[in-house]
Amino acid sequence: MIYLDLFLGFLKVGCFSFGGAYAAIPLIREIVLSYGWLSDEALSYMIAVSESTPGPIMVNLATYVGSSQAGFFGSLLATFSVVLPAFVLILLLMCLLKTVIKNKYVQAIMQGMKPAMIGIILATGVFMTYKAVRAAEGAVFDAPALLLMLLLIFTKVIYKRIRRKKLSPLVLIALSAVLGAVIFAL
Amino acid sequence: MKKRALLFDLLLTFMKIGLFTFGGGYAMISVIEDICVQKKKWITHDDMMNVTVVAESTPGPIAINCATYVGWQQAGLTGAVLTTLGIVLPSFIIIFVISLFLDSFLEISLIANAFKGIQICVGLLILDAGITMIKKMKKKPLPVGIVILSAAAMLMINFLSIRFSSIAVMLLGGLISLTTFLAKRKGGKA
Repeated sequence: MIYLDLFLGFLKVGCFSFGGAYAAIPLIREIVLSYGWLSDEALSYMIAVSESTPGPIMVNLATYVGSSQAGFFGSLLATFSVVLPAFVLILLLMCLLKTVIKNKYVQAIMQGMKPAMIGIILATGVFMTYKAVRAAEGAVFDAPALLLMLLLIFTKVIYKRIRRKKLSPLVLIALSAVLGAVIFAL
Repeated sequence: MKKRALLFDLLLTFMKIGLFTFGGGYAMISVIEDICVQKKKWITHDDMMNVTVVAESTPGPIAINCATYVGWQQAGLTGAVLTTLGIVLPSFIIIFVISLFLDSFLEISLIANAFKGIQICVGLLILDAGITMIKKMKKKPLPVGIVILSAAAMLMINFLSIRFSSIAVMLLGGLISLTTFLAKRKGGKA
């Protein structure tokens, strides 16, 4: 049943997404792909839309997937289940079990889970970029896509060198949209 | 009556925070700090730091963890529900409306091309988030080893389309770290 799937799927996302917005993407990707809710393409569109709208990416993605799969109630349910673990856990930890988080065994486990997650994020980034620039047939890479990727990396690196701070993801997304509209139309 | 005003204020304030903060977790924390600590004095700065630390080690968006906690501090469970609802509601409405139109929007070829560009950008942004996390990480052999192992495992899983969950990869990382910790302690005692 779709409602149960949405509930369990996003509950899993809510339970295992440590450390910020992009940390949750590999897990969300895995779940939406395995249920066939979104393609890799649609997922990256929605990540971009989430970056350009307010709110945590994870919550935005849950709302979108829920709505596209099962309308208003689907989106309500998916959003509810992605938020639920964070809501319950913070109350438990801050109010009842303050010492659990400082426990050395818990700490030891966390110290292993965090680097594992970093590895997962890196691999997802590599794979999603690769899929986006891969050619549909014939050659290994799609030349215009590869050009666009190099332009983006170049802009990002140069900006950091000159301004000494990171180019905001929003600006980079806007730039990639303009470049895409031009390069892929040629 | 006074309590009702407080509840209403909590809901409204967090809706405002939810509506005007782009760019995810850390951006939201600075806004929450500004409003809830400096202006409204709902919680102390120390408390705010504590939640942030706990929020980092618990799953879920940090902004939601903070909102829940502030609500709880001020008005118990009702407060916690209201602040959490408040921070989620604006983006829920926006994304829901977008979800109704996105498909027909993508049929315009100009937009479709733009999104093809965005797709590449998003891949790079994810990669960049990973690289930033590595830079901030302690460079000890064990965590570095786990990063390399899990990245290699995930790449294999992706490229060969193996069905193996990233949750399992994370739990394995935790297990390796715990085992090493226990082994070291035992070794130290002997």
